Amino acid sequence: MSLWFPRLATDRVLRTRPVDGPFVLTLKESNANRVHCLNDAAERQGLYRGMSFSDARAFCPDLISLPARPDQEMRFLASLRRWAMRWCPWVGFEGRDGLVLDITGSAHLFGGEAAMLGAMRQRLSRAGLSVRVGLGQTRGAAWARAHYGEGAALADLPVAALRLDPDTVTGLERMGLRRIGQLRDTPRGPLARRFGAGLLMRLDQALGDQPEQISPETEPPHYAVRLTLPEPIGLETDVMAATDRLLARLCEKLADRQAGARILCLSLRRVDAASQQVELRLARPMRDPARILPLFQRGVSEVDAGFGIDQLRLEAVQVEPLPAQQLAHSGPRDPRRLDDLITRIGTRIGLENVQRFLPADSHIPERSFLIAPAAYSQPEGGWVNLSPRPVRIFAPEPITAAGSSPPERFRWRRMELTLGRATGPERIAPEWWLDDPNWRSGLRDYWRVETRQGRRLWMFYTPQNPGWFVQGEFA
Amino acid sequence: MPHPAITAYPLIPARVHEACGPAAASFALRTAHQLGVDLLWVREDWQPEKLNPRGFEGLDPARLIMARTKGQVDTLAVAEEALRDGALGLVVLEITSPLSLTAGRRLQLAARAGGSTGLCLIPEDMGSPAAETRWHCAPVFDMGDSTLQRWQLIKNKSGTLGVWNVRWDPETRRVAVVPPAGHRPGSADAPG
Repeated sequence: MSLWFPRLATDRVLRTRPVDGPFVLTLKESNANRVHCLNDAAERQGLYRGMSFSDARAFCPDLISLPARPDQEMRFLASLRRWAMRWCPWVGFEGRDGLVLDITGSAHLFGGEAAMLGAMRQRLSRAGLSVRVGLGQTRGAAWARAHYGEGAALADLPVAALRLDPDTVTGLERMGLRRIGQLRDTPRGPLARRFGAGLLMRLDQALGDQPEQISPETEPPHYAVRLTLPEPIGLETDVMAATDRLLARLCEKLADRQAGARILCLSLRRVDAASQQVELRLARPMRDPARILPLFQRGVSEVDAGFGIDQLRLEAVQVEPLPAQQLAHSGPRDPRRLDDLITRIGTRIGLENVQRFLPADSHIPERSFLIAPAAYSQPEGGWVNLSPRPVRIFAPEPITAAGSSPPERFRWRRMELTLGRATGPERIAPEWWLDDPNWRSGLRDYWRVETRQGRRLWMFYTPQNPGWFVQGEFA
Repeated sequence: MPHPAITAYPLIPARVHEACGPAAASFALRTAHQLGVDLLWVREDWQPEKLNPRGFEGLDPARLIMARTKGQVDTLAVAEEALRDGALGLVVLEITSPLSLTAGRRLQLAARAGGSTGLCLIPEDMGSPAAETRWHCAPVFDMGDSTLQRWQLIKNKSGTLGVWNVRWDPETRRVAVVPPAGHRPGSADAPG
């Protein structure tokens, strides 16, 4: 069975904003606006597809037009394909404005082909879509009937119904072959020599001598569930109970595919059609409803229920693979408690602001470690400290001193400090392969300076541009 | 070697304590060592001084999780959440303006509910009346020892105050009191 939606683009727009009178969608092609799709009223005025938009406006001054959106049309067709799965499991796309269904074996479920067709037409017309339906033993025959006469015999249809390119059609008509029946009775050899093998392939496909498959699209896994309520709810406990039910269903889906949700989005639709979203970013992919539910508490408590909520939809926006894991008896303490805590803190300050340190391979103090979001990294070992480093570091603060050995007396942060003991120097050279503006002053000789006043500072001297700086403080 | 023990140290668990002075960060790290727990460090984003995991005196940086907040309200909220949860044994928070009585009390209640220990690093003279203990920590110069610090207990809800000179023992990773114990509060260069 082949479904053809001749006015898919205009029907899609007119469904949401009905227009009386001629209406066209325009598409910019090779620098000119052309009519992409039009409604019945426009066609009665003599407009046709592909004519330039300025001509169309001249024919019909009260024409209403909108720019076409081919991407939205494809999305609309995809949702129609999902709808068509209710009739049979094998549904594929046919070009940009049609669907092809293999209803063998499923027509009797709807009371036969005629009843199924009637129901299909009724539903589509109620949705505001014009449709042409072709039934056939083969995909080619169904396409031909959908486009060139729904009830006709295949032999009486014009040759264009064989899905041929326009040049071949013109060529065949010049030879007087106008009907498929005529073409069928013509000797095949001369035809193949004149028009190539493509013509005979299309003919055989329509007549059923050569098979043609329907390739149904693979359904991408869909991790969303919804709950519609007969009466609106407003209490936080009620919303949490509804979320609990949704979570149970969603987590079942996730478990089937061994996946875990990373970002969840709960949409609450109110009676007055306003919608509110609660987003939950998890520190680890997970699919355990009992653990996820309490994490929603904070977001749900901030929702303004208004006159009540009557629809809830829960979607796993980001999903990561989460294979089943064996429980370990040894190892560190239960890390799941920590993950839940990180999630809860992350909902308040943003998950990327919960961080951990990772070691990095560099002698430059500022680059000797990395800061990574805790939710997206694992703790790493391998911290090797060759020489003591300060607990706190800051941007280098200049002090007035001269000479290459640490000064006896100096001022730092309005404090008079006296040298007690200095350990060093430890020379650190800039990494020449990275241009770091902070290291333009060249080599640094680091000293650990203990002052008589107690403070232990990490100072450096730059021999290439003489100067003293304080960069950190030991405890 | 018999040392006079420090009163109120290790810190009483499931309470919120305060530390100030130039060596407060080191006090927090040593406390985490002594308690043998993982820790959360909450600080505000804009502060110019950064923690350097290379200088953690033997504490494994993998045991630390940092939370970067926009302001003190967020800091307090995160700390309360973590204290109440109890998944991490120590929660260190750096505050920049005085805590109200309510905020201090809330932290104390959260610590009691979750069983985590809290430690506020405060600027000097910004203590909150709800704190269990308050410590002033400063490094002390000593010719032979680069880890010597003076810890002064300046508030204690359940005991006496005192001053101790302590050093860090890198082998046992423990705080050791240096005898003789601090005798004159306020003496800058106590004998080592």
